[in-house]
Amino acid sequence: MSTATNTTGAGVSLRRSQPRYGERAIEAVLFLAALISILTTIGIVVAIIGPTIDFFQEPAVSLWDFLTGTEWTVLFADQNFGVLPLVTATLTTTVIALLVAIPIGLGAAIYLAEYASPRARKVLKPILEVLAGIPTVVYGFFALAFITPQILQRLIDIGTFSMLSAGLVMGIMIVPTVASLSEDAMTAVPQSLRDGAYALGSTKMHVATRVVVPAAISGIVAAFVLGFSRAIGETMIVVLAAGSSPNLTLNPLEPAQTMTAFIAQAASGDQPTGSIGYESLFAVAALLFVITVVMNYISIRLVRRYREEYE
Amino acid sequence: MTATDLIHVGPAPEQKPVFTGRGHDRSPKERGFRALLVACLAIGIVFLVVLLAYVLIEGWPRLDGALFGNQASQLRPATAGAQAAILGTLWLMAGTALISLPIGVLAAVYLEEYADRDKWYNRLIELNIQNLAAVPSVVYGILGLGLIVRGPLSLGPVLIAGAIILALLILPVIIISSREAIRAVPDSLRDGSLALGATRWQTIWRTVLPNSIPGIATGSILALSRAIGEAAPLIIIGVAGFLTFNPASMFDRFTALPIQIYSYASRPQEAFIVLSSALIVVLLLILLVMNSVAIYIRNKYQRRW
Amino acid sequence: MKISPTSRRRAPFAAASAAALVLVACGSGNDPENATAEGGDESSEAALSGEVVIDGSSTVFPLTSAAAELFQAENPEVQVSVGQSGTGGGFEKFCAGETDISDASRAIEEDEIAACEQNGITQDEFAIANDGLTVIVSTENDWATCLTVEQLNAIWAPDSTVSSWNQVDPSFPDEPLALAGPGTDSGTFDYFTDVINGEEGASRTDYQASEDDNVIVQAVSGSKGGLGYLGYTYYEQNSDTLKALEVDSGSGCVAPSPETVQDGSYAPLGRQLFIYPSAEALQRPEVEAFVSFYIENVDEITEAAGFIGLNEEQKAALQEQFDSLVG
Repeated sequence: MSTATNTTGAGVSLRRSQPRYGERAIEAVLFLAALISILTTIGIVVAIIGPTIDFFQEPAVSLWDFLTGTEWTVLFADQNFGVLPLVTATLTTTVIALLVAIPIGLGAAIYLAEYASPRARKVLKPILEVLAGIPTVVYGFFALAFITPQILQRLIDIGTFSMLSAGLVMGIMIVPTVASLSEDAMTAVPQSLRDGAYALGSTKMHVATRVVVPAAISGIVAAFVLGFSRAIGETMIVVLAAGSSPNLTLNPLEPAQTMTAFIAQAASGDQPTGSIGYESLFAVAALLFVITVVMNYISIRLVRRYREEYE
Repeated sequence: MTATDLIHVGPAPEQKPVFTGRGHDRSPKERGFRALLVACLAIGIVFLVVLLAYVLIEGWPRLDGALFGNQASQLRPATAGAQAAILGTLWLMAGTALISLPIGVLAAVYLEEYADRDKWYNRLIELNIQNLAAVPSVVYGILGLGLIVRGPLSLGPVLIAGAIILALLILPVIIISSREAIRAVPDSLRDGSLALGATRWQTIWRTVLPNSIPGIATGSILALSRAIGEAAPLIIIGVAGFLTFNPASMFDRFTALPIQIYSYASRPQEAFIVLSSALIVVLLLILLVMNSVAIYIRNKYQRRW
Repeated sequence: MKISPTSRRRAPFAAASAAALVLVACGSGNDPENATAEGGDESSEAALSGEVVIDGSSTVFPLTSAAAELFQAENPEVQVSVGQSGTGGGFEKFCAGETDISDASRAIEEDEIAACEQNGITQDEFAIANDGLTVIVSTENDWATCLTVEQLNAIWAPDSTVSSWNQVDPSFPDEPLALAGPGTDSGTFDYFTDVINGEEGASRTDYQASEDDNVIVQAVSGSKGGLGYLGYTYYEQNSDTLKALEVDSGSGCVAPSPETVQDGSYAPLGRQLFIYPSAEALQRPEVEAFVSFYIENVDEITEAAGFIGLNEEQKAALQEQFDSLVG
């Protein structure tokens, strides 16, 4: 795709007879930069693995109970170690957030890339990006103090904490990520593609949805995946808006505690280090890590299959 | 569409597409679609306006010079400021940007320009980076506590440690968005450069990177926006919630605005809630300034192919 | 399509670097520590400098920060920093030697003591304030004024199914009970469950839990049948939207107030808040001066921060403890 070939058809090599060491050195430096991500992961694994193993070695804990149990009351006196309530809460809030962020983000992106005048785009895109900069603590408090009482509670019978409130606000927070990156991808699609489509009699809507979006799908999917990653890893909003009581339910109107909320609660509180409560947070972090690895692997395979390339 | 729409005589206009299928643009379906898109954009912007209004109204009484001039106070909410936190955030952002941007862009260059996709280790790096974007910030805090604040680096809860941890946190976002930006540069440019005798690196440095600046700028805006609002990892590594001296070097203890905001917001006294809203506005202002630099760069280098 | 000349591209980058350099250059900080101080106890005359590092409970955080603020007004060269990692997190750092003083809303536990001893940290428990866990209801609640400990236990016990007020006491109306309280990670939760339910951490799990007391205030004040518990300061600040119930532990109903908490009559929900300085840190004059200041001015500090102060007996004990740890 982007690596140039160095030989002509006749078999004459255009490669220099002596390798450029400067180029090799640069390649090495770049490789090291990319390697830092591996080092980070190794660091995370190292930091998590020890206490996770300790956790599963505790007599009260079994891996089976952990993965299939339906009650999570680790920090209470009567301890149960079923992680499912945390997983369903994470799932529910993430799905709600994506249901909000993907349509709105993509819609805004298409408008900015295809319909808006360049001047409008220059103004509107940065405004949307401000949404990305609002601290998540603020989003959380906003959900709690405004969204839930002033909006949600007037429409439906819902409590102070709910997964719906957290999911909605999280979705809005992710909109700039989805919108801005998708919009960049769409803007980069060569104009010649659009012109060809118009020349064949397409309408603007057709061009936008059937030409530009498929052409930019790589960037758009990258935006979605980043949005998804952000949603699943978000902590403060779910702590403040969805609450801290584990609850095994898929009903978004109910409060629940997500995996990240539990990790935050256990990591910043009064648990003595080395206690089972403290170790449990590492186990939950490890599970979250495994889940995201699996989901990302699937998404990378899907993208690779469906990506179109131009030029 | 008539024949005259298809024929265009004269020099091609800059930027604006010639053929827009104008005749069909007024059909209800087209209009409906456009309205739907505008609605999407509007939802985001309306939400932002409401949030900003809410914060501004709450914090208006305390938006004054004392915020910048005075240090934090637990006892005198009426005159308390946040000078240490403001400076701390500025230093922290500078450090985070200086660490994460070069590494992120260089890593993206490697992955897009040099890496052979079929090699297993490159695929692993790709999967790895994508996964790191989903790791909660709390876990980065734990990583930082174990390996940077204590452990091998043992820097203590100082500015440079915070900057490193936040840089690691936002690195995946920068890498992923920079990759997309680099990927979007047409190969014809690369081929042209190589054909003229440039080396691979020269091509990248002088052709590919300048043309991917807008996308990189977007990525850095989103990434630094995330970093500026993060409190959880900092609290975990032991960054103070209350201190009243300004940092003098990257190895000093510090506090940051999100921590200060959270600290004030959990107090019962109404005056502190007002103060924390005012600080939120200050944080957003800093963010706006940071973003405008990137946006300026982005607009300057934006071009449509 | 023109290829941008490199000089144009360099300009913004140069500007950004210049800005960064300027930021680095003009840090308007104090001088870094040089731990010189003349005289041990005559701290008001000597130019004390250095740093004092404190971390721990978020409940005690406002109190210690107030002390730091007042102390730094008199000793501007000393850099005091206060964190709020939680009581457990604070002890972990304290026993690793990373902090000089640990704030705590509960007493130090066995394994934490062991960890400290392992690292050669000698500490002592200083009770520096009282706190009363207050049982709160909404101001719309006009039927309840006093609950016994048994009734509280019936409501909050781990297997409790009490869901309306008339199940607590038949004379109460049939109003649904909306419970709110601190999350499992707070010292308040630990203490309440310990004294009401007999075991730390033993509690029903279906209540609205939040680490942020302001949220508990909101949840209870907004619901007619609301019931919750939190620290006295938060009730006091919101006494216009909350009503405090009296608690009867066998000898009559007692309302929470600074007096009843101090003299111990508000039982069993009265508790103490602690700081744990280390003997090693107290060797440094600035730390000793700070703790000494804290103890000597404990009344002023607790009042300024809105906490319940110590009674005379407790103050005397505190002074004694300090003298023995330092001496």
